[in-house]
Amino acid sequence: MLIDILVRFAVGGVIVSFFAALGEIVKPKSFAGIFGAAPSVALATILLTVMKEGRAYVSGEARSMIFGAVAFLVYACVTMRVLRTGKWSSLSVTGSVLWLWAAVAFGLWAGVLR
Amino acid sequence: MKIQVSLSALGQSHWSEYASRFVFGGLATALAGIIAEKYGPVVGGLFLAFPAIFPATATLIESQEKKRKCGHGVVSGRRAAALDAAGAAAGTFGLMIFGFVVWKLIELLPLWATLLLATLAWLAVSISAWRIWKAR
Repeated sequence: MLIDILVRFAVGGVIVSFFAALGEIVKPKSFAGIFGAAPSVALATILLTVMKEGRAYVSGEARSMIFGAVAFLVYACVTMRVLRTGKWSSLSVTGSVLWLWAAVAFGLWAGVLR
Repeated sequence: MKIQVSLSALGQSHWSEYASRFVFGGLATALAGIIAEKYGPVVGGLFLAFPAIFPATATLIESQEKKRKCGHGVVSGRRAAALDAAGAAAGTFGLMIFGFVVWKLIELLPLWATLLLATLAWLAVSISAWRIWKAR
């Protein structure tokens, strides 16, 4: 289990860094933002999970991912509106609004997926 | 608006900024694995679209903009981070398609082909969503 977590940490770190670097080299800033929603965690997880759990398991994860992405959309829209006011720092806004992602994601899970 | 690529931008970030992204990304991936192991693929799958790297990136953009304006760019730094959030919102449409392609194709095609198609679909849909948002 510990080795599995360490492998996930390393592979996830590399893939996330790769997409973050792509986001650094493109302009304008708003376009670079799409790399903040790159499927980096998904790619790392799918690569490792297929070997261990099989394709049917990953297919179920991917279906749920669609609902996680809907929650991310709500999170990003609220974050954008609050940051535009310029009143609060990025760290406090992006950190404190994470509860909204969880609320929407688990609301969809309870209403649709369960 | 034209999309531009500048490799020289890679040298402008401090190594600690790359390290923080590696750590955040690694932690998010490990966490997604632990949650899937404990609660199953339906709950674990939600975390494949967790905004893991976004808070770190937005914070870095704000501090870089502040530095660029010698400490006087607090508001413009936050607005630059808001632009990044707008791009991320466009990218989430791509994430939805990525999940859909993997859900429908992973049991039919080889793994490499599924992931390649899903990643290309993510890019195409994200760019299209961003262009629609810019044209409004």
